[in-house]
Amino acid sequence: MRAYIIRRLLLTIPTVFFVSLIIFFVIRAIPGSIIDKMEAEFGGGYGVTKIDIAGIKHQLGLDVPIYTQYGRWVTKIVLHGDLGTSLWKGTPVINDIKQRWPVTFELGILALLVTQIIAIPVGVYSALRQDNIGDYIARSFAIFCIAVPSFWLATLVIVYPSIWWGYTPPIMYVPFGVNPIGNLKMFILPAVVLGMSGAGGNMRLMRTMMLEVLRQDYIRTAWSKGLKERVVVMRHALKNALIPVVTMIGYQLPVLVGGAVIIENIFNLPGMGRLLTDATTSRDYPIVTAVVLIISVVLVFINLLTDLSYGFLDPRIHYR
Amino acid sequence: MSDKTLERTIEHKKRSKSVELVMRLIKEKPLGTVGAVITLILLIVAIIAPLIAPYGMNDVHSLNALEGPSSKFLLGTDNLGRDLLSRVIFGARISVIVGLMSSLISTIISTFLGVLSAYIGGTFDLILQRFVDAELSIPNLLLLMIIISMVGPGLWQVILCLGISNGIGNTRMIRSLVIGLKENVYINSAVSLGASTREIIFQHILPNIMAPIIILFSMTVPWMILNEAGLSFLGFGIPPPQPSWGGMLSGSARRYMLKDPWMALWPGLALSVTVYAVNMFGDALRDLLDPRLRGGIGRYGRKIKRKGTIKSNPAAPEGESL
Repeated sequence: MRAYIIRRLLLTIPTVFFVSLIIFFVIRAIPGSIIDKMEAEFGGGYGVTKIDIAGIKHQLGLDVPIYTQYGRWVTKIVLHGDLGTSLWKGTPVINDIKQRWPVTFELGILALLVTQIIAIPVGVYSALRQDNIGDYIARSFAIFCIAVPSFWLATLVIVYPSIWWGYTPPIMYVPFGVNPIGNLKMFILPAVVLGMSGAGGNMRLMRTMMLEVLRQDYIRTAWSKGLKERVVVMRHALKNALIPVVTMIGYQLPVLVGGAVIIENIFNLPGMGRLLTDATTSRDYPIVTAVVLIISVVLVFINLLTDLSYGFLDPRIHYR
Repeated sequence: MSDKTLERTIEHKKRSKSVELVMRLIKEKPLGTVGAVITLILLIVAIIAPLIAPYGMNDVHSLNALEGPSSKFLLGTDNLGRDLLSRVIFGARISVIVGLMSSLISTIISTFLGVLSAYIGGTFDLILQRFVDAELSIPNLLLLMIIISMVGPGLWQVILCLGISNGIGNTRMIRSLVIGLKENVYINSAVSLGASTREIIFQHILPNIMAPIIILFSMTVPWMILNEAGLSFLGFGIPPPQPSWGGMLSGSARRYMLKDPWMALWPGLALSVTVYAVNMFGDALRDLLDPRLRGGIGRYGRKIKRKGTIKSNPAAPEGESL
């Protein structure tokens, strides 16, 4: 077990290295184009006669060879925790991120909660009543969750209640610490919409796993002992069927983050996703790089944790 | 048996294979058949879009802007007075092209890298898989957004970016299939008979993973369609005058939706029905082609052995009836 943990930790190092490499080169790979694009979009009109190309080049560190740029960028982050400064505001990127991450974090946690609250009971029910009318309804609902894109659902949730009942979701952000109820009121709709998009896949996985577990010998033993359905399902079957569902969370997170970017934009939540889309549109590349890097590295470590948790959750697994 | 008769038999078997697959689809998978029919309709609509659309996709009828469904405009008009039905029909084109092309690119990349990674193994595999890990950790939508903001929005940019980034991620699946296959005795014997790496990959490995590859392709298509819609929705996909279903729900259209809720309804409905249909079709195809992938509860049907001939599995009683 310890050897596995050490091996897994060591393998994380090249992964993080590649993450930083991909993000860095995606933004720098097209030489000169950043500057050209900036000049085309922001130079000229709007009172800006000429943007300081050399200055921006220097600020972005584009005036040295690319490997030196990468080296500098990484050393700054690793040694000083310096993620760079915003091109247009001139403030350190870390300030923006510190301000924004709680929103995305809360949205993500609530959405995950919604996903599991829908997926686990419905998936279990669906497996217990396999090929029943209830099972068909549940499975159709799962496909519905997969097929309906979250941005459309969000649009409908905003447009139709407002026309029919004059209801609009709150758009002024209040932190949880200031006004917990107002804060939850604001988050509940986005979280449900985002959570539903993940619920379909999880529900199907839960059903499949439950069906598999229910056919095992020890479940038959439990039945023949005369245990009640509730006990067999809750205490014996569910526990083992849940293991793959837990690891699934690790794989779903990148998709969830992508969804959060869209949802934050629709519901006007000032999170990391909003920060990223705004920065991408205004070509504020230090912010873009920093946000994507932080999100990705966090996801690498969450994946590491889910991988390791596998061993604790399932005692049958032995690591070599 | 002369060569000619043999050829004819093979030919006949090949044809009967696809006919048989369709028959089984209709017989065993009613929902999958519905999905297949809708997918087919979508394809046809996309191909003959200019013939069936009542108006051009960018024809402006400014006097009729923001109207609900009427006999003149079956689904209503948008804020500029463009016919929504025509735009939804032309939008199908974008979805079909992006869905098919980017899935094709993605499948080719993941097959190539997956086979290579599994077959070569060792350090190459270790490093490549860390790269795949990294790619999987960066949320796809974020990466795509940035790349497209760099290369500029457009149809081909979206197709290429979706195809490449998704292809790298899917490598994992092909790799695990090939690793399982490599253990087989016949691969070992082929190696000891002196078959070259190329021969083994093209004659023994690829034909054996053809069914999963087809399934992977069919599962990737709805994912790509949704991703394109998401990107276009955020403004990083197909640029505006082109009618993309995602794009029709975003931008300036959003400001008029409270006045004309039909604008919010149709593109999303088209998108959802499409994704639903392709998903159902893909699921049915997976069950019919390779029940092993169902995650343990599959019935063991027939396996495709190689090069179009089917050998029925003696363990499957229902295999004999066909």
